[in-house]
Amino acid sequence: MEKFITLTSKVVPLPIENVDTDQIIPARFLKATNKDGFGDNLFADWRYNKDGSPKADFVLNNPSFGGSILVAGKNFGSGSSREHAAWAIDGYGFKVVVSSFFADIFQNNALNNGVLPVVVSAEFLAEVFALVNTDPSVTLTINLLDQTVTNNANGKSETFAINAYKKECLVNGLDDIDYLLSKKSQIEEFEKAK
Amino acid sequence: MYKTLFDKIWDAHVVSSVENGPTQLYIDRHFCHEVTSPQAFNGLRARGLKVFRPEKTTLTADHNTPTINQDQPVNDPISRNQLDTFARNAVEFNLPLYFPLGHIKNGVVHIIGPENGFTLPGTTIVCGDSHTSTHGAFGAIAFGIGTSEVEMVLATQCVLQSRAKTMRITFNGKLATGVTAKDLALYMISKLTTGGATGYFVEYAGEAIRNLSMEERMTVCNLSIEMGARGGLIAPDQKTFDYVKGREFAPKGEEWDTKLAYWKTLKTDDNATFDKEFVFDAADIQPMITYGTNPGMGMGITDSIPTLDEVDEAGRISFQKSLEYMGFQPGEKLEGKAIDYVFLGSCTNGRIEDFRAFTAFVKGKKKSENVVVWLVPGSWMVEKQIREEGLFDILTEAGFALRQPGCSACLAMNDDKVPAGKYAVSTSNRNFEGRQGPGARTILAGPLVAAAAAISGKITDPRS
Repeated sequence: MEKFITLTSKVVPLPIENVDTDQIIPARFLKATNKDGFGDNLFADWRYNKDGSPKADFVLNNPSFGGSILVAGKNFGSGSSREHAAWAIDGYGFKVVVSSFFADIFQNNALNNGVLPVVVSAEFLAEVFALVNTDPSVTLTINLLDQTVTNNANGKSETFAINAYKKECLVNGLDDIDYLLSKKSQIEEFEKAK
Repeated sequence: MYKTLFDKIWDAHVVSSVENGPTQLYIDRHFCHEVTSPQAFNGLRARGLKVFRPEKTTLTADHNTPTINQDQPVNDPISRNQLDTFARNAVEFNLPLYFPLGHIKNGVVHIIGPENGFTLPGTTIVCGDSHTSTHGAFGAIAFGIGTSEVEMVLATQCVLQSRAKTMRITFNGKLATGVTAKDLALYMISKLTTGGATGYFVEYAGEAIRNLSMEERMTVCNLSIEMGARGGLIAPDQKTFDYVKGREFAPKGEEWDTKLAYWKTLKTDDNATFDKEFVFDAADIQPMITYGTNPGMGMGITDSIPTLDEVDEAGRISFQKSLEYMGFQPGEKLEGKAIDYVFLGSCTNGRIEDFRAFTAFVKGKKKSENVVVWLVPGSWMVEKQIREEGLFDILTEAGFALRQPGCSACLAMNDDKVPAGKYAVSTSNRNFEGRQGPGARTILAGPLVAAAAAISGKITDPRS
């Protein structure tokens, strides 16, 4: 897993609430047996017409917006547990998703793939949407060590929560399996005691 | 210290706690299917790992499988490759509990688990599927996980999880005639919204819950995830024990007695407190349908869609986008509206009781000629039962055909896709945009509303 420490980037705004994982990556794209190529089908049904041509009114097809931070409406990632959603977001090139609320399983899946979910207040989120709407060059800075997210257009900053273990994993590029494998003997003891 | 049911089961499965971090939780039963597992097996291979406890993983092909001609090679080469990969992984990693297409124990993962006795009270259960919450009906901690976590379970029989907050939802009173467990669940989700239980594990309680059969309890727990909950559970009781007893993989003899004594202790202490509580009156519930593109957008079948004024300002754009997709207007009534497809099946409503309810309604009537109806049993055991109980003959007489088991049109990974713009009354769990096929318009409902729609060709109150 790649290390994550700090990031400053333009943002892609998606001011829709309850974006479910069927929108992030529709089920018909889940037939692969590896993790590659899901970025091409990120938000496929919103992004492409039936003939595969890009839909002009979808934000990913608007050249004014770009960068590696996706900013989305509340309750992002609800629905199916498919980790393919995290692979699609990562595969497209997003390193951070900012929202006022995330679904649980998506949040775990994102963290397990080095994509940082950043929870901000509803006010902070609304301001980013408003500002980026008039000026797409607006940037956010995410500092994982300080756990801060800063809107560089108005200088406002918030701290965000992340559990210390997950932060350590991201900062060092480690994953949970490394940790669990180091606990094998404890697992065997637990089984014996059961 | 008084404990909730959730606390008791959770605490009995903690291997260790990471400082300032998640809990290392031991998993008793892992269910595995073809869509969310291949990358996990690749991960094991890349690290040179074996499956740590092969007998604790049950594998069934269900998500990406056809519901006709299962005895023949699968047409779609990409789907076939995924199924072949699943089979190869089961062999390569020496997994004895692998049930391929056509096997009598094959079917939707959350249906074959309980019916074969893999799902037991007091256990921890995971699967790379969000509807794993179904198994909570037995008084188990059951939740969906991602593929990285599938790899963790295969490698170590553990996952790292933060402890969820606890919520209790109590349904007092009795459900009215013609109101099903699905209606109860859709009612609850419409009250809590699709993110209303995020971060929580929910215990369902109260007279109306106790009165539900095991299969109805599975329907309720199944839909926990649709209000964001990690899972839902119901304290085991005599109905639970009667259901489990005698099933192939359930404990037997002396082991049964020991387990049973333990299972009887599995209930929330009288003085235990929950982080959040909701109380509803079951008598307030009527048959439910959804009108929007998430399961929280539900209403009584005789009600009208909310008007714009009734929707929060922040949510108005999403609400309008949703109605536009569905082709509905704010304030519109949906009863009597023509529909095109009916789907009976899925881990939510693909069990024998759902087929009994549907069949009892359509008995002696004729299927509407304007509607395509897919009846998809949740498993081969359900399919067998449908035939043995004579339901098959009644359905045939009424103009219905039976398909072969699988997830089918619930997520439309196979050919069972509802065409763009068409309306489907579906007993499945999600009405997301495109869920049942690109452009498909899903109206979630219980098996009785589905049966009424299949006969009339319209959204119809099954009580009328």
